[in-house]
Amino acid sequence: MINVHVYITLKEGVLDPQGQAVQRSLTALGYDEVDTVSVGKWLKLEMSDGADVESRVEQMCEQLLANPVIENYTYYVEREEKV
Amino acid sequence: MKAAVIVFPGSNGDMDMYHALTDFTDAGTVDFVPHTSETVEAYDAIFLPGGFSYGDYLRSGAIARFAPVMKSVIAEANKGKPVLGVCNGFQILLEANLLPGAMKRNKHLKYMCRTVDVNVENADTCFTRAYEHGERLRIPIAHGEGNYECDETTYETLKADNRIVFTYGSDVNGSVGNIAGITNEAGNVLGMMPHPERAMEAILGSEDGRRLFTNIYRHWRDRHVVTT
Repeated sequence: MINVHVYITLKEGVLDPQGQAVQRSLTALGYDEVDTVSVGKWLKLEMSDGADVESRVEQMCEQLLANPVIENYTYYVEREEKV
Repeated sequence: MKAAVIVFPGSNGDMDMYHALTDFTDAGTVDFVPHTSETVEAYDAIFLPGGFSYGDYLRSGAIARFAPVMKSVIAEANKGKPVLGVCNGFQILLEANLLPGAMKRNKHLKYMCRTVDVNVENADTCFTRAYEHGERLRIPIAHGEGNYECDETTYETLKADNRIVFTYGSDVNGSVGNIAGITNEAGNVLGMMPHPERAMEAILGSEDGRRLFTNIYRHWRDRHVVTT
């Protein structure tokens, strides 16, 4: 089994109202050093390892997990180190 | 006319849609068609109601788009049959790529449930011929994710091709160009966030949605019923 971590964020230039609300709250708490906040989604897929994990995950992202009109996705595959 | 009201797990506007069609048009048959159904080929018009299909998990409409019935809905839409998606139905049409663009959370992050001004921008579709261009309607909205987003090229195309059918009278949720409803290129698929099926009776606040449903029926009748 492997873990695949998928991160989905709004594309550059797409207004992020959630991020803005969080940023304003941080400023209100005194954390003036935070200029922008982006809010996105993290999905962890526990799946069986295989030769084409990367291309399968990319298909999943394109087809369902992300909306390519407004969202970008990145992912990384976490494999247990063999001892 | 045979009308299909598609029911997804989590649909909640289906009864209102059914009511609008049965009590205010002469559509002969109105059926609830479950999301598991394989085909809607037998129907003349297809209605995707509002609600929270599949709990809006992941994104509004993202999971419903892959419901078994959607394959046939997409095929019938591409044949030119009228397809109306309201609210969550609109979101599903976007996810299914029957309409361009995407929905984001409302600008102020608030779920909004009130009656708003809606302008008729195109009174020359099979849904809106009973309205007048520039007419201002009062129609309820009820959504948290109605902030319509598309890139500039898409927006310019929508404008140039007269595919923006409804706009809000003011900036209610941050939508590009105050868009409240758009059609596909052929004009037979309409997605809109406001709920015309909840504006059918003056006693409930507005009857401005009524002509949309009567016109879909009229559009069908003019094509299929021979009058002597």
